[in-house]
Amino acid sequence: MSNGPVLVQGGSLALKPGYVDHTADALRGIRQRGDAVDFVVEHHHDAASTIQLGFWIYLMSDCLLFAGLFATYAVVQGHTAGGPAGSQLFDLPSVLIETMFLLFSSFTCGLATLAMNANRARATVGWFAVTFLLGLGFVSMEVREFAHMVAIGAGPARSSFLSGFFTLVATHGLHVTCGLIFMAVMMVAVLRKGLTEQNRARLNCLSLFWHFLDIIWVGVFSLVYLFGVMH
Amino acid sequence: MFGKLTLSAIPFNVPIVMGAVAFMALCAIAVLALITYLGKWKWLWTEWLTSVDHKKIGVMYLILATIMLLRGFADAIMMRSQQALAYGSNLGYLPPEHFDQVFSAHGTIMIFFMAMPFIIGLMNCILPLQIGARDVAFPLLNNLSFWLTAAGAVLVNVSLAIGNFSRTGWLAYPPLSELHYSPGVGVDYYIWALQISGIGTTLSGVNFITTILKMRAPGMKLMRMPVFTWASLCANILIVAAFPVLTVTLGLLTMDRYLGMHFFTNSLGGDPMMYLNLIWIWGHPEVYILMLPLFGVYSEIVPTFSGKPLFGYASMVYATMAIALLSMVVWLHHFFTMGSGASVNAFFGITTMIIAVPTGVKIFNWIFTMYRGRVRFETPMLWTIGFLITFTIGGMSGVLLAEPPADFVLHNSLFLVAHFHNVIIGGVVFGVFAALAYWFPKIFGFRLNERIGRWAFWCWFIGFYVAFMPLYALGLMGATRRMDHYDVAAWHPLFIVAAIGSGIIFCGIILQLVQLVVSIRDRELTRDVTGDVWNGRTLEWSLPSPVPAYNFARIPVVRSLDAFWDMKQRGVDLKSATFVPIHMPRNSGTGIIMAGCAFVVAFAMVWHIWWLAIAGLAGVLVTLIRHAFNDDRDYHLGADEVRRIEGLHGRVQARSM
Repeated sequence: MSNGPVLVQGGSLALKPGYVDHTADALRGIRQRGDAVDFVVEHHHDAASTIQLGFWIYLMSDCLLFAGLFATYAVVQGHTAGGPAGSQLFDLPSVLIETMFLLFSSFTCGLATLAMNANRARATVGWFAVTFLLGLGFVSMEVREFAHMVAIGAGPARSSFLSGFFTLVATHGLHVTCGLIFMAVMMVAVLRKGLTEQNRARLNCLSLFWHFLDIIWVGVFSLVYLFGVMH
Repeated sequence: MFGKLTLSAIPFNVPIVMGAVAFMALCAIAVLALITYLGKWKWLWTEWLTSVDHKKIGVMYLILATIMLLRGFADAIMMRSQQALAYGSNLGYLPPEHFDQVFSAHGTIMIFFMAMPFIIGLMNCILPLQIGARDVAFPLLNNLSFWLTAAGAVLVNVSLAIGNFSRTGWLAYPPLSELHYSPGVGVDYYIWALQISGIGTTLSGVNFITTILKMRAPGMKLMRMPVFTWASLCANILIVAAFPVLTVTLGLLTMDRYLGMHFFTNSLGGDPMMYLNLIWIWGHPEVYILMLPLFGVYSEIVPTFSGKPLFGYASMVYATMAIALLSMVVWLHHFFTMGSGASVNAFFGITTMIIAVPTGVKIFNWIFTMYRGRVRFETPMLWTIGFLITFTIGGMSGVLLAEPPADFVLHNSLFLVAHFHNVIIGGVVFGVFAALAYWFPKIFGFRLNERIGRWAFWCWFIGFYVAFMPLYALGLMGATRRMDHYDVAAWHPLFIVAAIGSGIIFCGIILQLVQLVVSIRDRELTRDVTGDVWNGRTLEWSLPSPVPAYNFARIPVVRSLDAFWDMKQRGVDLKSATFVPIHMPRNSGTGIIMAGCAFVVAFAMVWHIWWLAIAGLAGVLVTLIRHAFNDDRDYHLGADEVRRIEGLHGRVQARSM
């Protein structure tokens, strides 16, 4: 909001619409003292929006990490090497429940953000707690699925297809786990310090991260499970 | 308890390795003893190791890169001397398994721990100054990035003393790098060193893009940014786009080696060629991640030393962007021999040749900038002209290799080795030296010795041609790369000439070290009191040298391209009468502690010491969470203190009230 640059053309001040902060005041102050406007004493950069942009760029790099894994999976998905294929392994109803856990957790994460914007710290923590439980449910169902597959001899070392499956899905699961740790830390932080500016910036990043993982999961669900059952 | 690690991991029976280890250990002990003797530990910790000042982090990157240049060059001269000797009945002095480690370490070190730290160090030292910022967007993250890179570099060097390094070339192609063919710890050292330094690089990319997009001074529109900043922006976008793919590729190889998976194995559906595709999807952009910032450096040096604005600023920007885009669609030219068929090879051959067009635009822009300028031939300009000639030759041999039919013949030959050294030494290394000569006074406050600098340049320039032109010929005569021994009589004289060339380059390196010592000794004679030693054009020259911690006491308002040149034309007074307190980030040990823990994780993973890996990981997490709850992160530097520091540089206006 407040980090738009002051544009100086031909010595006159042309301020961007919506530009309100002390840079403008500082500029005026200098002008009143008779200096040319070649310098400003302060150029305010909005910390929250800088953090948000940085986090977006990080998310894009993470997105490319998943792109690499998806591409790899697409190459190896037929390489079952005489072992079981996806259609023999995937339990679609169970995966659908797992998916619902994650999709609903994104919804409750959105409610937490709304509560934060309404300045309701306890409600924020409450909705994040619900999100946390749903996320935990997702991860535990995934761990159960993996354990079952390993038990019936369909572990990641069985074939190239299963290597690709376990690596892609577990990388997503690991991200969700990191998200859960992030969430736990943030709940403690909000309870201890309230909805400070810093906590808000971080909660915004957390919610971006959580929705991002949701989108990745939609890709996993479609490409891995739906296509896997179809083949 | 200690996984695979036993005392037998230390190669006591290999004298060359033990000699190198002893030498490194002696150097390290000498440095540590000196710091203790001078009582400088606290100073080192608070002023440097934990610093979040981008300029100090930049200097640490430069020091790391210089040390690794020496290490990588030691490997190079070992290879050249081995190949000069090992003809016919003479087997040379390096056994094959050692020679294989030497060329693997040489490539890995030169790209990841010499070239990358150099360019990221330069960005750190200069980029925020060029855009009128007081720091990067995320100062502490910057510190962490450095220490992750340093941790990777230390891991590579630890492999020399404990265990061994990878014998599989600088990109560790499978199936050779799979557990079945490389059961030792060498490839694991390679994987983990690259993995942690790669994460550091990705974070640097995120940091610099945000810095450039968010922290520019008022009035500095994108098309008013200096070309070095533009080129760095493009390089950092490539970092964020390409390094995750490296992370994935190494991760998949790790899965194969540690959990018995089958991504790149020869059995159960694995596909080694998938690794080649993935690693080069990272690897080709990486070439331009190294090259683009230095194109930026040349674009700063040529106008400054020609006394003219850069010819074709806009075309330079567009050419840089075009190269960045094209670099993502040429990866397959690294393995035309995979046999993807004529149409695929033709596509990648053509995209590769197209890159020569924007690159040519740049070359002509630099030449037209010099045309009718008053060119001053000081060392930065010498390196630049050396680059123009050498890089053009390297580019032409690159276009030759871009022809799939020619590539089928020249693939894996010394012609290829000559080509990429031609562009990397002629482009990247000369660029780094040009940048150091150019910005050294800005970073340290005094100039490098000009006379010794010229000698060093001529040694490097001549040495390069003597060392690498024979390799072109050898490649055409059928010599393949990575040979520890050969029997062809016709090759022998050319290998001897190449070894002499590396000796000449060695003289250049020695001269550069002498230059550094002499310059420090004579620093009072060459001190930069104006801050503008070269009659510069961009904002970094408007600051005193060395630049104060806060960079800009007042933020300049930018009105045109070449902002500082414009200020000088208008006679803007750099002295100020009023000062305000400046908001500063506080130093923090979080970065070095987290990277230290990451190093422990990596070392433990190499040797399968699982408990230690878990402990290290816990250390990373605890440090991060502790930092999250630390609120004491910044402070204000008082107005009086700013006035005092500016006064030291003669930047305070006498009050005329």
